[in-house]
Amino acid sequence: MTDKMHVKLNVNGEDHEFLAEPRELLIYALREKLNLTGPHVGCETTHCGACTVTLDGKSVKSCTVFVAQANGAEITTIEGIGNPDNLHVLQEAFREHHGLQCGFCTPGMITRATKLLEENPNPTEEDVRFGMAGNICRCTGYQNIVKSVLAAASELNGAKEAAQ
Amino acid sequence: MIPAKFEYYRPTDLAGVISILEEHGDDARVVAGGHSLIPMMKLRMADVPHLIDIQDVEGLSGISVSDGTVTIGAMTTQAELIDSADLTAAAPILREAALQIADPQVRYMGTIGGNVANGDPGNDMPGLMQCLDASFTLFGPDGERKVPARDFYEAAYMTEREDEEILTAISFAVPNGGYAYEKQKRKIGDYATAAAAVQLVMEGGNCTFASIAMTNLSDTPIWSEAAADALTGTSLDGAAVDAAVEAMLGDIDPTEDNRGPIEFKRHAAATILRRAIARAASRA
Amino acid sequence: MNDLTPDRDERVANLKGMGCSRKRVEDVRFTQGKGNYVDDVKLPGMLHSDFVRSPYAHARIKSINIDAAMALDGVVAVLTAKDLEPLGLHWMPTLAGDKQMVLADGKVLFQGQEVAFVVAKDRYIAADAVELVEVEYEELPVIVDPFKSLESDVVLREDLDPTADGAHGPRKHHNHIFTWEVGDEKATNEVLDEAEVVAEDMFYYHRTHPCPLETCGSVASMDKVNGKLTLWGTFQAPHVVRTVASLLSGIEEHNIRVISPDIGGGFGNKVGVYPGYVCSIVASIVTGKPVKWIEDRMENLMSTAFARDYWMKGKISATKEGKITSVHCHVTADHGAFDACADPTKFPAGFMNICTGSYDIPVAYLGVDGVYTNKAPGGVSYRCSFRVTEAVYFIERMIEVLAIELNMDPAELRRINFIKKEQFPYKAALGWEYDSGDYHTAWDKALKAVDYDGLRAEQAQRVEDFKAGKTRKLMGIGLSFFTEIVGAGPVKNCDILGMGMFDSCEIRIHPTGSAIARLGTISQGQGHATTFAQILASEIGISADSITIEEGDTDTAPYGLGTYGSRSTPVAGAATAMAGRKIRAKAQMIAAYLLEVHDDDVEFDVDRFVVKGAPERFKTMKEIAYAAYNQAIPGVEPGLEAVSYYDPPNMTYPFGAYVCVMDIDVDTGVPDIRRFYALDDCGTRINPMVIEGQVHGGLTEALAVALGQEIAYDDMGNVKTGTLMDFFLPTAWETPNYETDYTVTPSPHHPIGAKGVGESPHVGGVPCFSNAVNDAFKAFGLRHTQMPHDHWRIWKTANGLGLHD
Repeated sequence: MTDKMHVKLNVNGEDHEFLAEPRELLIYALREKLNLTGPHVGCETTHCGACTVTLDGKSVKSCTVFVAQANGAEITTIEGIGNPDNLHVLQEAFREHHGLQCGFCTPGMITRATKLLEENPNPTEEDVRFGMAGNICRCTGYQNIVKSVLAAASELNGAKEAAQ
Repeated sequence: MIPAKFEYYRPTDLAGVISILEEHGDDARVVAGGHSLIPMMKLRMADVPHLIDIQDVEGLSGISVSDGTVTIGAMTTQAELIDSADLTAAAPILREAALQIADPQVRYMGTIGGNVANGDPGNDMPGLMQCLDASFTLFGPDGERKVPARDFYEAAYMTEREDEEILTAISFAVPNGGYAYEKQKRKIGDYATAAAAVQLVMEGGNCTFASIAMTNLSDTPIWSEAAADALTGTSLDGAAVDAAVEAMLGDIDPTEDNRGPIEFKRHAAATILRRAIARAASRA
Repeated sequence: MNDLTPDRDERVANLKGMGCSRKRVEDVRFTQGKGNYVDDVKLPGMLHSDFVRSPYAHARIKSINIDAAMALDGVVAVLTAKDLEPLGLHWMPTLAGDKQMVLADGKVLFQGQEVAFVVAKDRYIAADAVELVEVEYEELPVIVDPFKSLESDVVLREDLDPTADGAHGPRKHHNHIFTWEVGDEKATNEVLDEAEVVAEDMFYYHRTHPCPLETCGSVASMDKVNGKLTLWGTFQAPHVVRTVASLLSGIEEHNIRVISPDIGGGFGNKVGVYPGYVCSIVASIVTGKPVKWIEDRMENLMSTAFARDYWMKGKISATKEGKITSVHCHVTADHGAFDACADPTKFPAGFMNICTGSYDIPVAYLGVDGVYTNKAPGGVSYRCSFRVTEAVYFIERMIEVLAIELNMDPAELRRINFIKKEQFPYKAALGWEYDSGDYHTAWDKALKAVDYDGLRAEQAQRVEDFKAGKTRKLMGIGLSFFTEIVGAGPVKNCDILGMGMFDSCEIRIHPTGSAIARLGTISQGQGHATTFAQILASEIGISADSITIEEGDTDTAPYGLGTYGSRSTPVAGAATAMAGRKIRAKAQMIAAYLLEVHDDDVEFDVDRFVVKGAPERFKTMKEIAYAAYNQAIPGVEPGLEAVSYYDPPNMTYPFGAYVCVMDIDVDTGVPDIRRFYALDDCGTRINPMVIEGQVHGGLTEALAVALGQEIAYDDMGNVKTGTLMDFFLPTAWETPNYETDYTVTPSPHHPIGAKGVGESPHVGGVPCFSNAVNDAFKAFGLRHTQMPHDHWRIWKTANGLGLHD
């Protein structure tokens, strides 16, 4: 059996190198090796999306990726999306529209939403509900999450227009 | 949920893949997107001592439409199927079906090759491939061979693929006429309670061609030739559709699970097929 | 006064006190992924753990061999019942007066039961070692049906003396747990026997699970040098956990520090004490290292804290005109292998005796029989006060069945039976005293908002169209009117393991006029840090933005009974207001001294004390706070702090009126929620934004339970719904938008009139969704069909009515 292998990841713009067993799951590597505890473990069978990160440009459930598969990848977690001095529009919008309660699904939700808006900057409510359907929230009933994402979209579009 | 240890390989060419498969036989498994296999490994329901990651193998991705044939590399993801304008123009049923698979994150990772090769009766693409009369390209120690999708599935997780082979591509003739992929499921992320893939050609109010396949209603996908025959040569009148549904019901063999008892699944299959035929006809 | 002095409205706004939709202070941290949940706790040298669990629902354990597991490199310990026995920890008391195995002692009683606890250097090695523990089982007959259990010769609980009383009195059978009776059965039966109209039915409220997104877990760290145990965990009641941990372990309570960090949702799942918590403590004591235990989702669904599983047989009588004259309810309660229900001690069926609902019913009877089966223990209140969801489902289905019997519109039947506004405080036939309500106003508002008559006309047309073959979709109008009973509770009749169910708040005002308040509760998403600061802001005149709220650390927070049963606002919220008033009383003395007037000559005004009749003479709370620390005031101690332990005089009784409009595809059984209107009356509203969020969430959990979410077993006791593929948690795609509305009927006994709201939408929502499904088929002769209304069951109902012929 392969004991440990060298793994290189670029996470939130920083290069990391560490030893890991190939079977280690990306979510645990991020949480335990790199101390990025924003993404969470919710269901472990790809249903809940609490572990969502962006991996090489794709929204991915990191509980279902071996760290070996991710070797060499570029990853963005919630920690790379905004910072205390410069929150991402989505982070502001979720707060403004009460798009979260216990906060456990929120990092995965926001990470997924960044990608959704990147691919579809003008989503309808239906687009948001369909595009966020890989993320389960037990607290909010989604209504305010949808509102938050739509608000962020129009905010981002407004900023874009202003810049033009 | 933690998988058992395994030896990890990331070959860069098919020869590399085959040599590992030859060495370890059914102790080795190829992982593409991994979204069927990895949960099974985490639940320790799949024992995979040797895991071959094929993401670096050249030439397994991409969609091409030429000379009336669609060819899709095994590593093409569901998201790529959905986003491909060429594919949607040539065979819009793929996009319609892919959008009904799992959820956005899973569609970024899940590949068409994994979906068809895995042999899970819950997967949507096998039935669709049978509907389209696709053929699967298998590559093994003796080179390449093609197997029709309609001959590929033997039982749940049992396929024509030999342990030393890898599925590299699927191809099918650009379909004509109307199409529909109709699926009933309990929620996003669920397998089908019943799903139907239908392609129809209508000429002068008459059905000149039909192909029908059903998903998750037997331990393999079910291509129902009899159901298609019942439609061919008719105007898709009520009696013809009834006959097609009857024929389909004669071909499926659903089992009871949390989605419901057999009689419900048979009724759902009939309803879903009727809707699929109607929708395909409206587009034909 | 000068131009720079903000006017009064502005000062009120600056407080961000009660009634405003203050944005949540928690969110800055959560949206950046900076929450701190138990699995985020990482300590030097920390070990990981995993359970060996039983694959069988009922089996004798012939042997356990840990040798191969211990031989695996990195395994530190494997604990079995034998290791726990010398410490007296192989069994533990449950909250319901029963006891429960921590690790299997001789036999296993449900699938997924904890058999051995593996401790290893990392989670991977622990998981590998679990596979290496060899357990030899001898299978025993499995009982999953409570009715069969009461007739079976098979003794499930061999540890109990079959002739001795249980915690709640005599047991009728070796698999019987208790009988609990309330009300007057003889008088009820007399009324039923003489009644003009009687309706009866059996309502099964299926077994389900709270399934918060974060599973349960703990990190125990025994510091042997100082003799201190620190325990982080998913605890909805951290102080009670400390007391239990002390009683179980023998470690003095002052040497135990329990910390509930951020909690990723609770919904009742995190009230009880689980074997994992106990084993992590023991393992830390044994190894001298911190030990982390985190359950996976399958373990969560299979072993910790199911909810419901009540078979409710009901009879209701009425006059021909529809005036209800009595209700009779008998419950067969499936408690699984151990009675681990999380109810106040004297209430083995919780507050099920709120089952007369919102109606003025002169006589009633409730009997509950608890039964053991080979299923997981639990019986927690999943997003409701103790068994209130069951009670409300019972009466709201019962009344619909009665309406059919009477051939009367169910909205009208409710209206003529509501307790009238002037009857409050209302003493119900099963003992509770409802504090306040105005049901007719709420009901009329709701029916008007949805154009109830218009909906019924549309439905009648739809039935005609269906019969004429023009459509295959039926339309259901679901109604529910619920009365919750929350805020447990008066210490005189409510306790958990002997701890009275008061709650607490301790406030310190800092010299510069900001503050910290600590409470005995713990937020799991409800937003306490935001809303409790609002209560306090209004009470003490310091902006909510200058008040830190802290909960969940037993070393710093005052003792409290925790957060569940919508008790935080009714009890800890009251304590907060009362402690605030103590602060204000002292501030008044300081202000009077500073203003050189008598105490009675100053009055509180938003954020200051002013001299009566001379508002230009005032001292702000900021000035007063500073003075409390820098002035020697005769007769007044320095500092500005207060604490309140609040024992509520009564429960609070939130209520609401819900309407659901649903279209049902008769051929696939797929329901589509077209509209959902929810009117909630939770008394005084602290933060409308947070209330609305709670309502959305509770309704979505209600939708899940009503339309498919269940813990199902096969005859062998295997759990059929162990992953989120089969255990239904709706996504954004299956969830509708909700319309929310409100009336305000303050609680007369609560200091700020608030009643609690987090659980109301679940309590009222489940019967509303279920009634919509039932209502859709009413025109075709349906009286009642059981939940969960998943596709196949709806289809089966339609099929049974001949709608597919």
